[in-house]
Amino acid sequence: MKPRRNSGYFKAILAIAWKDLAAELRSRELLSAMLVFALLVILIFNFALELDPGTRRIATPGILWTTFAFAGTLGLNRSMAIEKDRGCLDGLLLAPVDRSAIYFGKLLSNLVFMLIVETIVLPVYSVLYNLNLFVPGLIGIILLGSFGYVAVGTLLSSMAVQTRTRDVLLPILLFPVVIPVLVAAVKASAGFLEGIAFAEILPWLNILLVYDVVFTAIAFMVYEFVVEE
Amino acid sequence: MKAQPLVLKIMNVASGLLLAGSLAMVFLYAPLEAVMNHVQKIFYFHISNAWVGMLGFIVAAFAGIMFLVKKDLKWDIVEVAAVEISLVFFLIAIVTGSIWARPSWGTWWTWDARLTTAAILEMVYLAYMLLRQGIEDPDRRARFGAVYTLIGGISVPITFVSIRLWQTIHPAIIGTESASAQGGFAMAPAMLQTMFFCLFAFSVIFATLLWHRVRLGRLAQQVELQKLEAMQ
Amino acid sequence: MIHVRKLVKRFSLKTVLRGLDFEVREGEFVVLLGPNGAGKTTFMRILASLSRQTLGEVRVAGHSLPGQAAAVRRSLGVVSHLPLLYGDLTAEENLRFFGRMYDLPGQEPRIPEVLEIVGLTARRHDLVRTFSRGMQQRLAIGRAILHDPEVLLFDEPHTGLDQDACDMLDRLLKEVSGRGRTVVMTSHDLSRVESLGTRFDVLTRGVIAVSTAREQLRGNLLDFYREALQ
Repeated sequence: MKPRRNSGYFKAILAIAWKDLAAELRSRELLSAMLVFALLVILIFNFALELDPGTRRIATPGILWTTFAFAGTLGLNRSMAIEKDRGCLDGLLLAPVDRSAIYFGKLLSNLVFMLIVETIVLPVYSVLYNLNLFVPGLIGIILLGSFGYVAVGTLLSSMAVQTRTRDVLLPILLFPVVIPVLVAAVKASAGFLEGIAFAEILPWLNILLVYDVVFTAIAFMVYEFVVEE
Repeated sequence: MKAQPLVLKIMNVASGLLLAGSLAMVFLYAPLEAVMNHVQKIFYFHISNAWVGMLGFIVAAFAGIMFLVKKDLKWDIVEVAAVEISLVFFLIAIVTGSIWARPSWGTWWTWDARLTTAAILEMVYLAYMLLRQGIEDPDRRARFGAVYTLIGGISVPITFVSIRLWQTIHPAIIGTESASAQGGFAMAPAMLQTMFFCLFAFSVIFATLLWHRVRLGRLAQQVELQKLEAMQ
Repeated sequence: MIHVRKLVKRFSLKTVLRGLDFEVREGEFVVLLGPNGAGKTTFMRILASLSRQTLGEVRVAGHSLPGQAAAVRRSLGVVSHLPLLYGDLTAEENLRFFGRMYDLPGQEPRIPEVLEIVGLTARRHDLVRTFSRGMQQRLAIGRAILHDPEVLLFDEPHTGLDQDACDMLDRLLKEVSGRGRTVVMTSHDLSRVESLGTRFDVLTRGVIAVSTAREQLRGNLLDFYREALQ
């Protein structure tokens, strides 16, 4: 086990996350792409599924999470492509810090990007369909679900970006393995929106928690195999 | 390349015999089921194929972990072999499941947890194949493959649990009792014996196929090596 | 400073480095020459701890690779032909980022100091994507010396630079290596490196075929190189 100077480790994670956020604040490429795409998906759903208000209320969690899942891949792809294209990944690998710090740094910035997009999409959706989405439980589920999605997504995008097929490959790799998150997040979101008893939402919450913890742990352990040679 | 070892040759013969034996047991020995008659007999093969799929799944995940630990490419060959076999056998299982479902419940597809999880697993395997195809470097291909089988290996069981939970809330089969939907008919002793025989037979078939596929993988690797040496 | 014994690098089916021996003493400036595909970049990547050797012993700045990679990285500064910089950050922000990654104490005086050395103080608040290739390469050198490493590795640093930029780069290389640092550089530009290196090695067919100190160089470098390849 390599010795790790703890302060340096956390400093590196925060440095990477900060670097991504600062750069994004300047160019706003990633966020605008994700946001526009998310809103377009909502628009498409509006016409693809002609829903009366009652059905729409029931379909809302599904529509939201589908939107987040698709927009999410854009962000994940872009975030890693920046590192790969200018060889910056080597720059990160040259730092005297454990490889998993790179994983957590990217995880953090990817998560923030996703949350920013979700923070904008939710009010827009509320307004478009006259639904109140500001239920505390729902916010919690969005956090947990996004975390699980991004935890696996960061690992897989690190792999996908090193292949020939790159952008196309990430959704193909990600979606089959992220289904538990989608299923649990949709059911839990629906539970909170409909005001169902907490005891019934709990199993879904558990699945999300287990998934988040397990996959973060796995990614932490295998990340070096994905970035080093 | 060495000729097939004696053990493998014996296994070839054994596989053939056991397969014939399974057919015999299923069609001659096992009694007709009360409700579904002959259609029910596909059940033996449906389960056996799914069983082989499961074996492949476990071997693949195990091989992935072993590769990451040992960094020996032999494990990569085993992993690919296991994935391919699992892919094919689960596909057969899904198809036989459909064939069984149609006359039983009037629908080709039931969103039952096992079937759906098998379908998702097929997607994981296909993604795995695409991942490997997009990588030139054999080392990286092996590393990424191993990581993905690990990810898939953990996520698929969790997927199964979550779909199972989802399904208890939405009985997905239209207008049928959940008992038969889960394949829970009463099994006579003769049926059980047939079932176990088939499982055993297919396990041997799995081992035989795995061995053949691993030999093929090693051969392919040797060809690659010789190609490279010829180029230099 | 750098000690390599019987280095073998195999890419599962292809062997690129075949029992390579390489020794660099403190303060030397070694120029590594060799045809494309000979394994120069592979070798540099192993020295830079970006790649692991299949077999053989590698020690840099007193630590072994790959076991003590983190310690090696602290003593290493690397410049490749890609700048390894973030276009959407300013020069100063880039340096600050790498300062944090290297967990440097007292960054604040160091960053302006480095900017001064590479002659980019005037452009420190400009986004790197507005920099010319030459300026990016200079900032890359700044990144490499930020943590004051003992060993510097340059992999084809002149790639894509025009004459003026190359001249500026050479001045910088001389200055930066003149502070007792150990340097290994690969290059294809033989005329340029002749005045930079104290020693010239040729890597071909997976090993260091020839090595000569500058004083012992008879005739020009091009002849030496051609001869070495036979």
